[in-house]
Amino acid sequence: MADDSLASESASGLNGSSDEGAGFPDDFPHTARLKQAGVTTLDGLRDVDSLEDLKGIGPTYAKEIAEALERYDADESGDTATKKRSSPLSGDGAAEDEPEGPWTQQSIDIPEGPIEETVSFDTYPAGQFSHDELGFSDDEVVDLLRSMLLQRRFENRCRQMYQRQKISGFLHLYIGQEAVSTGSVSAVDLGDDSIITAYRDHGMGLAMGMTPEECMGELFGKSTGCSKGKGGSMHFFDAEKRMMGGHAIVGAHLPLGAGIAFAHKYRGEDNVCLCFFGDGAMHQGAFREACNLAGIYELPIVFICENNQYAMGTAVDRAFSKPDLFKHGYNFDFPCSLASGMDVFSVNKAVSDHVENYARKGQPSMLEVRTYRYQGHSITDPAEYRAANELDQRKSEDAIARLQQYIVDRGIATDGDIDAIDEEAEQKVVDAIDAADAAPFPDEEAIYDDVYTQEDYPFIA
Amino acid sequence: MATLQFREALRAAMTEEMERDDDIFLIGEEVAEYDGAYKVSKGMLDQFGSRRVIDSPISELGFAGLGIGAAMNGLRPIVEFMTFNFSFVAFDQVINNAPNMQYMSGGQFTVPIVFRGPNGAAGQLGATHSNSTEALYSTFPGLKVVAPSIPDDGKGLLKTAIRDDDPVVFLESELMYGMKDEVSDAEDYTIPIGSARVAREGDDVTLVAHSKSYHIAMDAADELEERGYEAEVIDPRTIKPLDIETIVESVVKTNRLVVIDESNPFASVASEVTHQVQDRAFDYLDAPILRVTAPDTPAPYAPNLMDAYMPGVDETVDKCLQVLYAK
Repeated sequence: MADDSLASESASGLNGSSDEGAGFPDDFPHTARLKQAGVTTLDGLRDVDSLEDLKGIGPTYAKEIAEALERYDADESGDTATKKRSSPLSGDGAAEDEPEGPWTQQSIDIPEGPIEETVSFDTYPAGQFSHDELGFSDDEVVDLLRSMLLQRRFENRCRQMYQRQKISGFLHLYIGQEAVSTGSVSAVDLGDDSIITAYRDHGMGLAMGMTPEECMGELFGKSTGCSKGKGGSMHFFDAEKRMMGGHAIVGAHLPLGAGIAFAHKYRGEDNVCLCFFGDGAMHQGAFREACNLAGIYELPIVFICENNQYAMGTAVDRAFSKPDLFKHGYNFDFPCSLASGMDVFSVNKAVSDHVENYARKGQPSMLEVRTYRYQGHSITDPAEYRAANELDQRKSEDAIARLQQYIVDRGIATDGDIDAIDEEAEQKVVDAIDAADAAPFPDEEAIYDDVYTQEDYPFIA
Repeated sequence: MATLQFREALRAAMTEEMERDDDIFLIGEEVAEYDGAYKVSKGMLDQFGSRRVIDSPISELGFAGLGIGAAMNGLRPIVEFMTFNFSFVAFDQVINNAPNMQYMSGGQFTVPIVFRGPNGAAGQLGATHSNSTEALYSTFPGLKVVAPSIPDDGKGLLKTAIRDDDPVVFLESELMYGMKDEVSDAEDYTIPIGSARVAREGDDVTLVAHSKSYHIAMDAADELEERGYEAEVIDPRTIKPLDIETIVESVVKTNRLVVIDESNPFASVASEVTHQVQDRAFDYLDAPILRVTAPDTPAPYAPNLMDAYMPGVDETVDKCLQVLYAK
């Protein structure tokens, strides 16, 4: 069988359409110039050794043409060996050409290889986005700063309160990462969309509008705490704001995030779940299982890896076989992006894009936000595993300093205004400490409260 | 009353509850297209569709956690483990997330979820597929543990478990799914969690047994009757909360207690019943409390070894005769 057309069809894989003599696709770039240069078909184009040498095609056009050809070939080659099914939970979302039934639709006729895939990842670097293009008013920009400063002042005081033995247990501070919480919360419908996070949760709670009083009260173990003194630092919850916790077993809350998103979808709501976790959580099987379930059930969730560079004391690039964490989502056919966590606007833009373009359309996705924690893993960790000058270098990219500079440069507020906002944040935290100090510990009988909804607990009296 | 297999009684419970409340859904391995690994959910996909009867991949940690998250967000999931042996790969979710959420959130979030599936040994399946988990799950505050022994209790208790706002571990048995018995078809038939059933009355010795062991206890009671002894058989039905009052009341009457529990003996349900009874009824006891359990070994495969491993009627009668000082 030396028939050329058959050979070509077989080589083009499962979809099998031959483009011989078809000219160029409608949206192919610079076809007029290519035709002028004597190239009239895609096959002809593939035979050209050096595009730049063609008459009328400079290096820029050559690059665009080469990229377009690569994209086209990837689309046409049937570049995966199996077609993805749509979720049975998504109603009549099944594609027209998708056979129905529970039987396997995967072929064991292996296409000619190699199978090549072209994938692109969006990035959201620092300093690329301005508040007006993201739809923030000047006042709202000041609110973002207010939120970030409150978190930093709160965490600084927590450290002090731990040293004074007002706070016990594990205490993981969020200093350095404030742009992640604030940028994300400002990208969702607070109170309708859900947010779940890990144990470094004070910043997220405050950014979501939990009061410094209820947060500090919880840290002091007082009955006025958000969890009535039953949860502590790692277990902040606020049902009304849909702050779904504060979860302390690394990775264990990722399936919960999938379940929260599942319930939104099940009820036919338009709401989504942002599921935050650290770089360390991605090592757990729970990450894989949650992503896979989200993928097959087409859940409205954004998996957001808050990569602060260290899982306790283990640097991220010491622990990952594939240290570009955002790329791990590709294993589940998720859209994946990488954002700077040191610019609140970059975070906001990235999370907004993932929420509106993917999650609200039932497409789970993955976003890695690269950030840095200034403190050790917990309050007792002196972070001696860091390089000399590492902290100073990272602090030079501080997200709060960046936003302050932005505000002053744009004339949104003055240095004096910013100082006043900072003092106001500090005062709120001091007031919260006073309130927590004055509040009572829970009654001893409260140990039996909220174990069961059933009221006659304890069962063994 | 209708005569139903155990599996049909459980299916009736789920079906009736799902017809009543759209927030309830069933998720697990092979529950939908396959009609259930043990056919408990047979026909439910056809009735309720793929939105509410959901096949999961082999991902117990994932779908148990998904259920808990969905429960935190207002739904009432029924999570089926193909067997509770596989719940161990979801252990963190079942013991650390489900029962602690309400407490750690100061009561802001409840987790109304049922984890159900077969528990205990089911023939020659080897050690990994023969674990009894009732004592294990009962040790974690925040969980309720239910283990019915007859189809009627299965239906009434499962309906209650689904309506319960606390997380419930609901333990069934592969070997009992085909068992046929009378089952109530009364509208809204529920049995309260935490209430034991006195299955047979007698004055001479009390037998406490749940799940498969209950049937051993009933057979042993027949044999004891032939020997002139009247045994009282109590099926706790719920392991946690345990209806200790009903058990103690019986021991106060009979003064003798034998507990049959197919679990391994150390820190088992039988140990707990023994402790609680001596604590409350020490002065009423005329003999040490004896237990009939599996030995402290993994479950074997060879048929003769498996017969030796499982509690049996002869051993139970023997232990009863010992506490009756009749031997």
